[in-house]
Amino acid sequence: MVDLIALGEQILLLAGMVTLGFAIGMFFNGFARKVTARIHNRIGPPIYQGYIDVFKLFAKKTNISHGWIFDLAALFSVAGITLAFLFLPVAGFTLLSTEGDIFLILYLLAIPALGFALGAGASGNPNAAVGIMRALILMLAYELPLVMVVVAMMIHYNTTSLATLVQMQSGMHWAIFVPVFFIGAIIVDMALQGMLMEKPFDIAIAPHEIASGPMVEFGGKHLGALMLYKMMAIVVETTLFVDLFLGGGVVLSVSQYGWIAYVVNFLVWFALITLVFFLALLINAVFPRFRIEQALKFYWKYDALAALLILIWVFAGVSI
Amino acid sequence: MRNDDWKKVSRLVSKKSLWMVHFCTGCGAMEMPPVMTSRYDMERFGIAPMATPRQADVLLITGYLSIKTLKRVVQVYEQMRDPKYVIGFGSCTINGGMYWDSYNTIKDLSKYIPVDLYIAGCMPRPEAIMDAFLKLMEMIEKGEAIGWKKYHKYYDQYKRNQRMAFSYRLDEVQDIKEDDAK
Repeated sequence: MVDLIALGEQILLLAGMVTLGFAIGMFFNGFARKVTARIHNRIGPPIYQGYIDVFKLFAKKTNISHGWIFDLAALFSVAGITLAFLFLPVAGFTLLSTEGDIFLILYLLAIPALGFALGAGASGNPNAAVGIMRALILMLAYELPLVMVVVAMMIHYNTTSLATLVQMQSGMHWAIFVPVFFIGAIIVDMALQGMLMEKPFDIAIAPHEIASGPMVEFGGKHLGALMLYKMMAIVVETTLFVDLFLGGGVVLSVSQYGWIAYVVNFLVWFALITLVFFLALLINAVFPRFRIEQALKFYWKYDALAALLILIWVFAGVSI
Repeated sequence: MRNDDWKKVSRLVSKKSLWMVHFCTGCGAMEMPPVMTSRYDMERFGIAPMATPRQADVLLITGYLSIKTLKRVVQVYEQMRDPKYVIGFGSCTINGGMYWDSYNTIKDLSKYIPVDLYIAGCMPRPEAIMDAFLKLMEMIEKGEAIGWKKYHKYYDQYKRNQRMAFSYRLDEVQDIKEDDAK
């Protein structure tokens, strides 16, 4: 017989993690605007602005739809990114994580972008079509260096599980301290800049150029769902970086310290993803925008080439 | 009662997040950059410029509107989602301003779309614009900014005024492409 109490606990945990993810994502929205404003020598909005914006969008009274695909696309994005979040080890805390989940996460990260593309396509606006084309080209561009570095890590650590990877890095044996993966971290950080769609890679959104691209026809509750997706995407992508290179934020072992370890690990994880996001924001605040072919060239010429060298280096089994 | 309370909370929070699309055909556009950037920084109050009317809450009409522009403004206004607010900016939207005897500008904006708030002056200073936004927030909180409800209620009158301005017959469908072809 199924253990109902254990099942209930599991469901509560999942719901709690999803809530935490969205709460942190919304905080990051306000945080990003505040940091950008301070760099521009402005005061900026209050740090809880993200919560207000999402509330307002869901409180809008009319919703103009462009067919059922348009309605479902935003949900599709939110669901995809939420699933990706649940598969990630967060502060060493694993929920759905299993063997081989690195492949699964790389696949799951593409799903919400496709949902986004479906919605934009259904809206039939030419700006959305241009935006989505740019977004998909950008995805193609940054995934190549990202996947090559991740494959190099899988070979080096001899695992396909993120949870195992995080475990192997515990005790401050972070991958970023290995010289070859220090370069790998820089490469993936560049890819992260594209994943987060911050400048210089905000080509797909480009508000002044193609009127916010894929989101051009979205408003009200549809835009609210899309914003939730974007906010959760920040948490998922920075957590992926932290899990790969910064030991997932695990500093205390759970078997030794009990529940205190969970609290401390979560705080460290939060500090680390904030730091990673903060670096992305600093780059975002001072750079102009690439054109799409410049972005592709950047990723495939420099990033991917360096990633290929790392892959060959690790594959040849040179002791580092 | 509970529904009323919910509306009050909703208004109280929503007023802190006004996304604005500014329809800058008149000279008033000149006053917007200082309001948005570091000198006056309207993002302090959660006001942010948006790229499209679908995403926006506030429509800012800066300056005079010719008959031809009015058609676009009406389209932009109708694309916005409720609740939506309009701010008429400068004397031109109130009584035509210096274009009071022009043959092809409209004189009173509120005949064509419901205006929640006017900013007088030619041009209004950035301080006046900030003051107007704060006033609009106050009106939203009290539930006085009901232009969008008026547009639903008096839709016929607004449409009649618009068509009279465009000098179309009442049964004729207005289309921008048709108009451009002429």
